[in-house]
Amino acid sequence: MSNIVVVAEVRGGALKRPSLEAVTAALQLAGQSGAKVAVIACGAGLDAACAELGKSGAHKVVAIDGPAFANYSGDAYAKAVVEQCKALAASAVLMAHTAMGKDLLPRVSALLDTGIVTDVVAVGFEGGAFTAKKPVFAGKATLAVRAAKAPFVATLRPNNFAAAAGGAGAETQKVAAPGGNLLSVVKEIVASGGGKTPLQEAKVVVAGGRGLKEAQHFKMIEDLAAAFGPGVAAVGASRAIVDAGWRPHSEQVGQTGKVVSPPLYFAIGISGAIQHIAGMRTARTIVAINQDADAPIFKIADFGIVGDAFEVVPALTTAIAAIVAGK
Amino acid sequence: MDIVVCIKRVPATDTAIKIAADGKSIDPTGVTFELNAYDEFALEQALRIKEQLNAGSVTVVTIGPKECKKQLDDALARGADKAVLLSTTEWVYDGASTAAALAAWIKTVPCNLVLCGRQAVDSDNNQLPANLAGRLGFACVTEVSKLALDNGVFTAERDIEGAREVVTCKTPAVVSCHKGLNEPRYANLKGIMAAKKKPFVEQPVQLGSKAMEIVALTLPPARAAGKIVGTGVDAVPALIAALREIKVL
Ligand SMILES: Cc1cc2nc3c(=O)[nH]c(=O)nc-3n(C[C@H](O)[C@H](O)[C@H](O)COP(=O)(O)OP(=O)(O)OC[C@H]3O[C@@H](n4cnc5c(N)ncnc54)[C@H](O)[C@@H]3O)c2cc1C
Ligand SMILES: Nc1ncnc2c1ncn2[C@@H]1O[C@H](COP(=O)(O)O)[C@@H](O)[C@H]1O
Repeated sequence: MSNIVVVAEVRGGALKRPSLEAVTAALQLAGQSGAKVAVIACGAGLDAACAELGKSGAHKVVAIDGPAFANYSGDAYAKAVVEQCKALAASAVLMAHTAMGKDLLPRVSALLDTGIVTDVVAVGFEGGAFTAKKPVFAGKATLAVRAAKAPFVATLRPNNFAAAAGGAGAETQKVAAPGGNLLSVVKEIVASGGGKTPLQEAKVVVAGGRGLKEAQHFKMIEDLAAAFGPGVAAVGASRAIVDAGWRPHSEQVGQTGKVVSPPLYFAIGISGAIQHIAGMRTARTIVAINQDADAPIFKIADFGIVGDAFEVVPALTTAIAAIVAGK
Repeated sequence: MDIVVCIKRVPATDTAIKIAADGKSIDPTGVTFELNAYDEFALEQALRIKEQLNAGSVTVVTIGPKECKKQLDDALARGADKAVLLSTTEWVYDGASTAAALAAWIKTVPCNLVLCGRQAVDSDNNQLPANLAGRLGFACVTEVSKLALDNGVFTAERDIEGAREVVTCKTPAVVSCHKGLNEPRYANLKGIMAAKKKPFVEQPVQLGSKAMEIVALTLPPARAAGKIVGTGVDAVPALIAALREIKVL
């Protein structure tokens, strides 16, 4: 029987949540195409991650485990994953569209001599072929494709499928990680942001733009984000203020920055240029604060306040802090 | 070091997308095209590596329509030594067939480093560099925003979720370039004059069967028009009430 294979992401022994989202998509495809779901994990010391994966609803877990795989290596991981995909008669291979997924899965697809569709938001199986939808032109259009080669390989946009849970406990098959000549290998992982919520995972994003006038006023944005309590909100920035050097590029939201879709997004002193909107248009609720009633951001915002950010934002911060404290 | 820089001509990022009559591509009327922003970082890095080593060559290549000559000429004017246009009339969106064609061409030229952008901003694929590396058997690091070369070994830095990775990478390699890596130079008059004498090769390319067939290209549903809840600081309570009503607060 063929398998829908999920390549899980494990870092430092910890299973990354988007891997469980990929299992959900795999279970859907397995149901539609009459296959089983197998998960492949790579790393060193995978027992805890595999126990978690075993309870995801997957039918089988393959752990490629050993000291040689302690650090990520795109070429070594890809070779080992491809070997297991062949042994599992993979009809599809899925992974999250994360820094690791983007690096690993295109190489896997090349070694399998097949195609790949990346940053996918929906998958299906129709008329005997796998299908996928993905945003293109920075979310200004959606491309629907049908796989013409096998296996079907795809990376899935995080936060787009529910995380799988509630399986019976699948067996784990252990495979020794092969040692050997690594072409590229991660030497070091430097934590950045000191425990801050990653922008793409935050429930609330508070973004500021040139309307703040000076770098030091960005504190107003940080204060509003902090008002939501620890681990809830992250700050974002328009390119104008990243280019001005007020904020690091890692905080830029937009076509050439990060694409975020949080439940709640604040655009403060941001005009709403098409490249900015490309990065946040899929947020569930958008709030805009801008002193110009004609600013394009109001065309896509769910709620807007026309006013001076320097007056509105501190009042909003106080009000939200009071609500959060009362909870 | 012989460096190949892969570039793509894409619609300018401020383009409003209209769907063509076939329902599978964009209507190109009125669209201005430009060099993919990330490919500028790739080209700049190639020029800097050549300057650092004071040896080697920089060849820019693209698979695309004849109109790409403009972007290739610009790359020559910025300092590339040679330009290659593998011409096709199709919209190049399928990473597998594109990577296969590029890999086949790269195997015919001297090359120990391929530099790409992290992502082409039309198909938003973010897959060609690692795909290419797999086909060539090269090492690969993607989305690099810092790169150093020492004794033929690269040390690259890249952002991952909530952290930064430091990666060592042997040659031959494919590296995909992200913002932050460098500040691209522009062409000056001297460069533009010099470019006219540089080799420019144009040959048709067959992209072969697509691994992914396009079913449809559609516009996302428009967001419903929002509501201005009020003006100035007095509007804060109304905003809070609105957010509580939809239970995001
Ligand atoms: C190739 C390319 C890629 C790009 N990629 C991105 C990207 O990824 N992300 C991105 O954001 N941009 C991107 N841009 C830039 C984009 O086109 C805009 O220039 C940018 O988004 C503008 O930033 P801004 O809204 O902060 O500034 P502005 O457009 O200057 O807007 C400032 C706003 O603040 C308002 N304002 C002023 N004072 C106050 C006040 N006291 N209170 C409240 N409001 C006030 C003004 O009314 C105005 O609407 C890109 C551009 C190009 C060409
Ligand atoms: N048609 C093409 N010709 C040459 N290089 C390309 C082409 N398409 C993509 N690339 C390169 O691959 C990078 C990533 O593209 P993509 O994987 O399509 O998002 C781009 O930034 C270019 O450097």
